[in-house]
Amino acid sequence: MSTDLKALCRELRADTVECIGSIGRGHMGGCLSAIELLAVLYFEEMNIDPKNPKMKGRDRFICSKGHAGPAVYATLSKRGYFDRSLLYTLNQGGTSLPSHCDMLRTPGIDMTAGSLGQGFSCAAGAALASKLEGDGATVYTLIGDGESQEGQIWEAAMFAAARKLDNLVGFTDYNKLQLDAPVSEVCDIAPLADKWAAFGWNVIDVADGNDPYQVKDAVEKAKANRGSGKPTMVILNTKKGCGVSFVEAMGANNHHIDLSKDDMQRALDEIKGGAN
Amino acid sequence: MDMKTVYVSALDKMMAEDKHVVVLDADLGRSIGPRSLYAKYPNQCFEAGIAEQDMASIAAGMASYDFKPWIETFTPFATRRICDQVTISIAYAKRNVKIVGSDPGITAELNGGTHMSFEDFGVLRSVPDIVLFEAADEVELAKALPVINDYEGCVYLRLFRKELPKIYDDNYKFDLFKVSTLREGKDLTIFASGIMVHDALEAAKLLAEQGVDAEVVNVHTIKPIDREGVIAAARKTGAVLTVENHNVIGGLHSAVLEALAEEKLPVCAVGVQDRFGEVGKMPYLRKVLGLTVEDVVEKAKKAVALK
Repeated sequence: MSTDLKALCRELRADTVECIGSIGRGHMGGCLSAIELLAVLYFEEMNIDPKNPKMKGRDRFICSKGHAGPAVYATLSKRGYFDRSLLYTLNQGGTSLPSHCDMLRTPGIDMTAGSLGQGFSCAAGAALASKLEGDGATVYTLIGDGESQEGQIWEAAMFAAARKLDNLVGFTDYNKLQLDAPVSEVCDIAPLADKWAAFGWNVIDVADGNDPYQVKDAVEKAKANRGSGKPTMVILNTKKGCGVSFVEAMGANNHHIDLSKDDMQRALDEIKGGAN
Repeated sequence: MDMKTVYVSALDKMMAEDKHVVVLDADLGRSIGPRSLYAKYPNQCFEAGIAEQDMASIAAGMASYDFKPWIETFTPFATRRICDQVTISIAYAKRNVKIVGSDPGITAELNGGTHMSFEDFGVLRSVPDIVLFEAADEVELAKALPVINDYEGCVYLRLFRKELPKIYDDNYKFDLFKVSTLREGKDLTIFASGIMVHDALEAAKLLAEQGVDAEVVNVHTIKPIDREGVIAAARKTGAVLTVENHNVIGGLHSAVLEALAEEKLPVCAVGVQDRFGEVGKMPYLRKVLGLTVEDVVEKAKKAVALK
């Protein structure tokens, strides 16, 4: 597929803002920082069929930072998994789009996540299963930088390296902020690339994880690592709240925010104005 | 035959028949048994290492790929240590994962208080969509394992590894969701589980000598409890005693009380009185924790007197 990735990202970003704006509050910061990855994976790289979400042998994406649900939903709807109007039901009673990703409720969601650290292990399990099935699939998974403080992340890191799961590609949304404060203040995870390398992973450091072309280049390099016997971690240096300046300016306060109709309009105007 | 052998043979058969049945260990495969299957099934047996949280979520990820993982460790680590992973990755996501907790309650013996969980059923009983099972002997275990493997969903199996006195013969018609009446009686109903079922039967013999006619019912599945079966058996005699190798809070006693909440009859308990375990051999532990046959006899008479 050949896409104007920057234009696509603007659309996904706008849909994410509208999705969260429909209920007036949500995980804005960490949704907006992950848009470029979702655009690249779902529109350029993954072997998937929106008309057959459970297609055998498909590539999988497990959003271990499950609170990025709205960004994933905006991507899935744009890709044709379900109607865009569903985005306006986010977190309403009875919705199929809950704040955190739920494989039982949403077409296209490959694994339930939300309790941090767990989705990453699930992805390692899925990658092992794919190897056993010999279906050639790649399992992609996204973790947060704050999430990387969970011990379970490093348990799975050891397991994936020990089992030589080179069909597993992880991404760290390294936006440097978590709910309480900057990651470096809460409990620093640096030097992150060194940690993953020490755990036996290939590491690809992407200088601007909000540049879709840099992300695409990294995903293709990660795919080329199949056969290396090592899983790959792509560190995406991103901006929390990327693309909406008043959200970015909130810093660590943008993890979960109220979004009035006026704020939403302001955000949409900026995004559609092409400021990104 | 010891229960460990029964468990390993059943897994052997299940893995031979279905390549999607896999076992995950957290460095207790040798203790619990399946380590002996690793050479035979290299693509179905995996060590997660001493990383129980990871093991539970890996299993859920494999189940998302239609594998049928069995994960195993000691009871405290299979439940309280990984409660959130079991709850979210497995139960909430409705993944088909079987969890084996070995060495329940006092059978942890020389591993002592850190490993002697009297709360494992209690921890998982408040989480929806998990079946909680404990076999009373090797025959029941052998009959239950294939049923559990075929059950689409999460099951927690409390596994005693050693030999238990045989209670059932091969004609036993096992139903995972129905209680099993082992002895008919009219004066009181003893609901027992796991290793305590045999003790309940022994107590019933002593009670008979003293003129008390006890019904003994094996509640192998405490969740979902066979509510109708429990109520019917309780109504038949009008007095109830629960007997379990678990804290009286959260396990069989609690489950039976909940089932009988609207019944007007006494429900006494033999079980651990909300205290931690300690190191020791089983006869000592039974004595200090009030889990002897004599304790069952005494509490049974109390239940009858309360009628």
